[in-house]
Amino acid sequence: MNVLIYLVPMALLLGLTGLAGFLWSLKSGQYEDLDGAAVRILPDDDLTT
Amino acid sequence: MAEALDLSSFVEHGSAGAARMTLAVDGVSCAGCIRKIENGLTKLPGVIDARLNFTQHRLVVAWREAEIEAPAIIKALEGIGYRAYPFAPERVEADESRQAKLLLRCLAVAGFAAMNVMLLSISVWSGNVSDMTQETRDLFHWLSALIALPAAAYAGQPFLHSAWRALRARELNMDVPISVGVVLALGLSVYETATHAVHAYFDSAIMLLFFLLCGRYLDLAMRRKTRLFAGNLASLKAEFAHRLDAAGELTRVPVTALAPGNRILVRPGEVVPADGAVLSGNSEIDESLVTGETVPRAVGGGATVYAGSINCSGALTVMVTAAGTGTLVDEVERLLQKATEAKSRTVRLADRAARLYAPLVHATAALTLIGWLIAGNSFHDAIVTAIAVLIITCPCALALAIPAVQVVAAGQLFRSGVILNSGDAVERLAEVDTVVFDKTGTLTLPDPAVDASGIDPDLLERAARLALSSRHPLAAALARRARRRLPYPGAVEEPGQGVRALIDGVEARLGSAVFCGVGDGEAESMSRHTEASYIGFAHGGRTAMIPIRQSLRPDAVAVIQALKARGLNLMVLSGDRSEAVGPVAARLEIREWLAGLTPAEKIAVIDLLKAQGRRVLMVGDGLNDAPALAAAHASLSPISAAHLTQAQADALFLGEHLAPVLRAVVVSRQARSLMRQNLAITAIYNTLAVPIAVGGLVTPLIAAVAMSSSSILVTLNALRARFGMRRERNGESIVPAPMLVSANEPAGDSIAPLVRASVEPVT
Repeated sequence: MNVLIYLVPMALLLGLTGLAGFLWSLKSGQYEDLDGAAVRILPDDDLTT
Repeated sequence: MAEALDLSSFVEHGSAGAARMTLAVDGVSCAGCIRKIENGLTKLPGVIDARLNFTQHRLVVAWREAEIEAPAIIKALEGIGYRAYPFAPERVEADESRQAKLLLRCLAVAGFAAMNVMLLSISVWSGNVSDMTQETRDLFHWLSALIALPAAAYAGQPFLHSAWRALRARELNMDVPISVGVVLALGLSVYETATHAVHAYFDSAIMLLFFLLCGRYLDLAMRRKTRLFAGNLASLKAEFAHRLDAAGELTRVPVTALAPGNRILVRPGEVVPADGAVLSGNSEIDESLVTGETVPRAVGGGATVYAGSINCSGALTVMVTAAGTGTLVDEVERLLQKATEAKSRTVRLADRAARLYAPLVHATAALTLIGWLIAGNSFHDAIVTAIAVLIITCPCALALAIPAVQVVAAGQLFRSGVILNSGDAVERLAEVDTVVFDKTGTLTLPDPAVDASGIDPDLLERAARLALSSRHPLAAALARRARRRLPYPGAVEEPGQGVRALIDGVEARLGSAVFCGVGDGEAESMSRHTEASYIGFAHGGRTAMIPIRQSLRPDAVAVIQALKARGLNLMVLSGDRSEAVGPVAARLEIREWLAGLTPAEKIAVIDLLKAQGRRVLMVGDGLNDAPALAAAHASLSPISAAHLTQAQADALFLGEHLAPVLRAVVVSRQARSLMRQNLAITAIYNTLAVPIAVGGLVTPLIAAVAMSSSSILVTLNALRARFGMRRERNGESIVPAPMLVSANEPAGDSIAPLVRASVEPVT
């Protein structure tokens, strides 16, 4: 069972990273305009041919 | 006349000469719009950044004040083809957005903790039936505590705060048993872990918080959506006034900047921005939004005009007597306040259940404790069993029973075009047995429409495009028919007469019959439609008189029939003249109607209906309806309603159909029966689970299985609301018509003394 000594902290760390990532994305306003992101990707006028 | 635009009250000033402003933008529909608006603005010299929020249809612009001014930005947007208005967010909206963020953060924390604690718990459960050592179990319990305690302290905030507020006000709400349950479950688990016990309840407590937060967040999200729509609409209504200073110079100012004593100019087609007295000028005023009266009232020097009415024909100079709030609006506000206070006394189903439930559960727990002590057990064993009773009856299912249905019903209603303003609207909508309609803007369409029969489509299209350049309300109705939405270049508006422009090199005119030179023969045809207004058009040698009228909502007749079929009593209360209300009521076959009512009289009628034991749903849009909406048991408004009215309604409906009113009633009734079923399910669950808990036989596995199965059952039952709606669409009625025949006698007689206009019952 010694494997738990580093597996459990690792699992928690991964979970916390996910949580921190979500809180960061919330704080940086990524949920302010959910529909906008979907349509903003469509125009391709930034391409140079 | 030179005219400056003063937007200073909307502009936020930043450091180093930078400024920011939020605009509500109309007509944003696709990816192309985002690009056009953002690129178009950032190309302007001095604009630092422009970012359009596509979900909210709001644009945030930042610029350097030395190089460009706010009005130039709005002008530039108009040039690109978008109407934009400065937007000052309401406080409620800011509060709710802060609350939503807090809930989302709590939800994230609770979700993280629930996942990890469950992982540990499942390991312990499987370890308990195999070869797990006590040291490993203790380690896992302590790890669970490490995750669950801080997470519950953070994610439990909304419930703990609300429970504390309720307790301080000496009341009980659903959050009280939730908070007690969570705190006790955590406390007991820590104690059990410290004494190396086999069972801990960290998972139950944290899962409960997670599920509840999901429900709360969805509920709030639905209400924010409503407010967003309403907020944008309010600012698109362009609340601007033309203020005259001492030297006679005109400045465009936001209505909020007006003060009593200001002189303002109200041009034809504009909305009167504040209550006031006419100083000079003659015109006709359309007060349909204020009183429901559709025929314009002639006003001259000394007459009183009300905010929200529309100036139809001539320019008026008005002395502001009250800005923002005025005599009429004040009256409406006063009535509103009284009506709202009366309504807040009704108790929500969930709180009613909590009031019954909490003392019962707490008493059972206390009896368990005493019982086990009398039976000779140690204090430790007795208190552990008593707390187990509290945990297993911890109102997981009960707390989900009603919100789950509310969320599903709100989503269902949203899909049918009804957006809810208040959380418990569904419950109250389900209880109505009488529907009272306002006429103008509710049974009829909010905007008058063109009657195109007998007019050359080509000529009509040209007239409609020319109408784009006019500000007259009738022209606005015509302009909506234009297929190409590009105004003719060089169009000139002659105040009080009409618009003219060169079309294909030939002058075209749109406006009054005289202005367009329409012959007597054409003008004679006007007598065919007495209730319509006319707008003239002339291009080259061809002329036309285009009728514009108030028309019923397209599905009004069918919806009224369907409402009757469901056993609801129907009634029309209008501020309009009886000649206008009668025909509408007759066409819809509504027998009870009253015309010419003031806001106070509308409330009086509704109070009378209430005294007869009826539950009234008020559907209305006018400013004069606002107090009646607040007084009624439940209320609905079309989204085009006046600002104050919108704020009072329990729900708003979108689009030009009346069907959402029917859907609102049908979905709510179904939701209510689901809520009752859910309460019954939790009652059964509790009667089964409590004896096990009282007997001291609860293990965490039993607790977890019992709790999650009852929660899942309740949630699945709530989801039936969705499938029910699908059946309804296929034409199969799911709501049996309740028998309410006894309440069918006409209320006309008892109300008659209130009516100013003489009302003949329509047969």
